[in-house]
Amino acid sequence: MAISNIWVFSETTAEGAPSSGTLELLTKANSLGGTVTAFVVGAAGDAAAAFADHGAAKIYETGDLAGALPGAAVSAAMKAVIDGGDSPDLIMFPQNYEGRDVMSRLSVKLDRTVLTNSTDIAVDGDSVSVTTPIFGGAKLVTSTFTGETPYLAAFRPKSFEPAGGAGGAGDVSAAVVPDLGSTGGATVTAVHVEETSGPKLDEAAVVVGGGRGLGEAEKFDMIESLAKALKGAPGASRAIVDAGWVPYSYQVGQTGKVVKPTVYIAAGISGATQHMVGMKGSKNIIAINKDKEAPIFGVADLGIVGDVHKVLPQLLEALAARS
Amino acid sequence: MNVIVCVKQIPDPALPGELDPSTNTLKRDGKLILDESDSYGVEMALQLVGTAGGGSVTLISMAPNDETSGLRTALAMGAEKAVLVSDPSLAGADALTTAKVLAGAVGKAGDYDLIIAGTESSDGYTGTVPEQMAEVLGLPSVTFAKTIAVDGSAVKVDRQTESGYDEVSCSLPAVVSVTAGVVEPRYPSFKGIMAAKSKPVETVTAADLGVESVSWAQSITDVTDAPAREAGEIIEDDGEAFEKIVAFLDNLKVI
Repeated sequence: MAISNIWVFSETTAEGAPSSGTLELLTKANSLGGTVTAFVVGAAGDAAAAFADHGAAKIYETGDLAGALPGAAVSAAMKAVIDGGDSPDLIMFPQNYEGRDVMSRLSVKLDRTVLTNSTDIAVDGDSVSVTTPIFGGAKLVTSTFTGETPYLAAFRPKSFEPAGGAGGAGDVSAAVVPDLGSTGGATVTAVHVEETSGPKLDEAAVVVGGGRGLGEAEKFDMIESLAKALKGAPGASRAIVDAGWVPYSYQVGQTGKVVKPTVYIAAGISGATQHMVGMKGSKNIIAINKDKEAPIFGVADLGIVGDVHKVLPQLLEALAARS
Repeated sequence: MNVIVCVKQIPDPALPGELDPSTNTLKRDGKLILDESDSYGVEMALQLVGTAGGGSVTLISMAPNDETSGLRTALAMGAEKAVLVSDPSLAGADALTTAKVLAGAVGKAGDYDLIIAGTESSDGYTGTVPEQMAEVLGLPSVTFAKTIAVDGSAVKVDRQTESGYDEVSCSLPAVVSVTAGVVEPRYPSFKGIMAAKSKPVETVTAADLGVESVSWAQSITDVTDAPAREAGEIIEDDGEAFEKIVAFLDNLKVI
């Protein structure tokens, strides 16, 4: 048996557009050979064309989940399709909230292991291996599935470049969510969206990240101002998110967003493993930190050993003078 | 209100991590401490029991040895007792096996209304165990909780999302995983630390829980050093360093 049937856990945005993570995974799946199926949370709608263009020959859609959290609902729909005879060799998930929950439930239903946080995948005949960075990306671990298919693997955002023009057929069929019984007790009763202005953190060409070195929550204003001056997005280390200075949506790192901007400016961030995995892929890194031993300087293209409270106001003033 | 909290004892994250060269799994033979990301769940559980005006917090944990120092920290915070699954055959266990073992340990922990876990551990961070446990136990679940409030026979949870948060209602019993930083974990008092020394910790093996065949369908086939970034220019700020940044940004055409 070779790897001939690959599913990709697929999502659309609140506006109905294909999620960028889905297009990344579909493109990679299509490069591995075999038939690619997009398994869509909710309805594929207008995004179906983009899914097909990125390699999906088939599309399953669960339809509206009616407030059910995807973990229990989508995993049950996947299990029903598999029990119905369409059993994939590999299911690729995005390493995000919903992907992780669905993959977890499905791993128990199928009694299969999960490999998570990966950044690459290789197929060699029947053998499937994934690569996972550990210790903040200092080492790369390759793990090979040894049991029965379907293999379940989750990939970090931006691990693959999306590419259209694959010309998939994109035939849509329904994957009905069965009765969830005792696992279906969780229902979304209200949705809150935190308003942000400027470019999105994971799409901005410039990201300015602030950390504990800022000293106090009010000083995060400097990060916001610098991001605005550079038409970028502000980000944050887990330390100051945990401390409540900024909302979780600002977090860059293992448990936050993965960013790969043209320039990442780390201000008062020491460079904990947790943070580094989220920004190490940036094309250029500028670091400002008082401690010259800080790990962030190990990845910086330009490192300033200095006080953010002095350097940032000077930088803001210089940028204002230019405009 | 009885709450079970899943906690993990991990190598001190302040020390550099090391792989065992023979197994390529994380070395866990030194002193283990309570994973900080679990202290939020312990605190939340203690607050829920406090608000309910009765009940207790029971810890469940899994380790390849009989280490209890991390558990004692959580007992000192106010948990009443602990069940530790200690079994050398569990060294290097995958997340699915861990979930099956912890689900088995739930059976040893007594009556419960709610199971709380962290979102992911700070050393392995697979992040699937809470939801896998829920599936093994046939329970509903809510992940990435910022707040939990009991509302009759259900819980109201504010669940973190990519763009904000959702309000979720979930029937009990249930599994809820909490994000770090949502509550301020209490420091154990001296009295608490003394009391923790005599609190019961029941130690069991995987076989005691009926988890018979402990194996996992993955093997580590290679470990390599990641390509290092080329060393950059590091300068001490002499009061003019901001000009270097301006020139750097200018060169990249972002300003």
